[in-house]
Amino acid sequence: MKRLFAVIATMMLVSTAFAIDEGIRFDDPEMQARYEKLISEVRCLQCQNQSIKDSNVSLAADLRREIARMIDEGQTDAEIAEFLVVRYGEFALYSPRKTGKTLILWMVPFLLVLFGGYALMRVIKHRMSLPIGDDTEQEG
Amino acid sequence: MNRFVWPLIAVMALLVFLIMGLRHGDPRALPSPFIGKPAPQFELPTLKNPEVTIGTNTMAGDYALVNVWATWCVMCRAEHPFLLELAARKAIPIYGINWRDSRLEAIRWLDDLGDPYLASAYDEDGRVGIDWGVYGAPETFLVDPEGIVVYKHLGPLDAVIWQREFVSRMSGGGQAQ
Repeated sequence: MKRLFAVIATMMLVSTAFAIDEGIRFDDPEMQARYEKLISEVRCLQCQNQSIKDSNVSLAADLRREIARMIDEGQTDAEIAEFLVVRYGEFALYSPRKTGKTLILWMVPFLLVLFGGYALMRVIKHRMSLPIGDDTEQEG
Repeated sequence: MNRFVWPLIAVMALLVFLIMGLRHGDPRALPSPFIGKPAPQFELPTLKNPEVTIGTNTMAGDYALVNVWATWCVMCRAEHPFLLELAARKAIPIYGINWRDSRLEAIRWLDDLGDPYLASAYDEDGRVGIDWGVYGAPETFLVDPEGIVVYKHLGPLDAVIWQREFVSRMSGGGQAQ
């Protein structure tokens, strides 16, 4: 029984080791790192909840190839992001750029925290003004 | 009682947003960043004759449809009869971009099913597809006489969508019926 589990566990480990495509490799480890980071931040538009790093549909492969080409040509990450946004819109990027329409996306969480903090402060202040030793909730 | 009013309003507002999001229709249909912008330039060999090229300039001067298709695309087969119908009644010039396909199979498809296209560009490696922001065939672009993209439809085209989304966007110039 123990051995069976060991075998199954090993098989599970092996399956995670498959890469989508082994094709694109850079000699320069820094470029390779940029490539890996970029493709994990680009949405696969045919299969919207995957990045193009995780997807094996044809368009994702095309986009990986284009991104590799642009890195090779010495383009910056910002230029590559611009290339994608011009063609597919902000939606193609998992972390939309902090400008224009997407700014509100970035601001909402902070606004919510501020709002929540303010509400919490109000509640605490209110509770502190209640007489001490009165454990039963007094509805206002 | 009063203390519940604001949270209630907040939850209701959130619900309204979520329901609006759900009713938005096909979540795959993204707004095309090309609407109102010049159609991306390209120059590709035609499907039927690799010696001849076709490009954005070919279609200038009139309203035109640019239809992205492939033989592996099931929905392209579904919309094909309607494209043939549009071509038969000369509603609008239709150009194809044969996207990531095999030339032989694509030609056979047109021979078998009929060819609604004035010409199809052969985009073997999908580069022009990327320039046009294509992410799922079939996609149909409406380009105006000045070469500006007026509308893009994702998914199979049919008579209802044609009337509602395309004809209404062609002012006078097109010979649309």
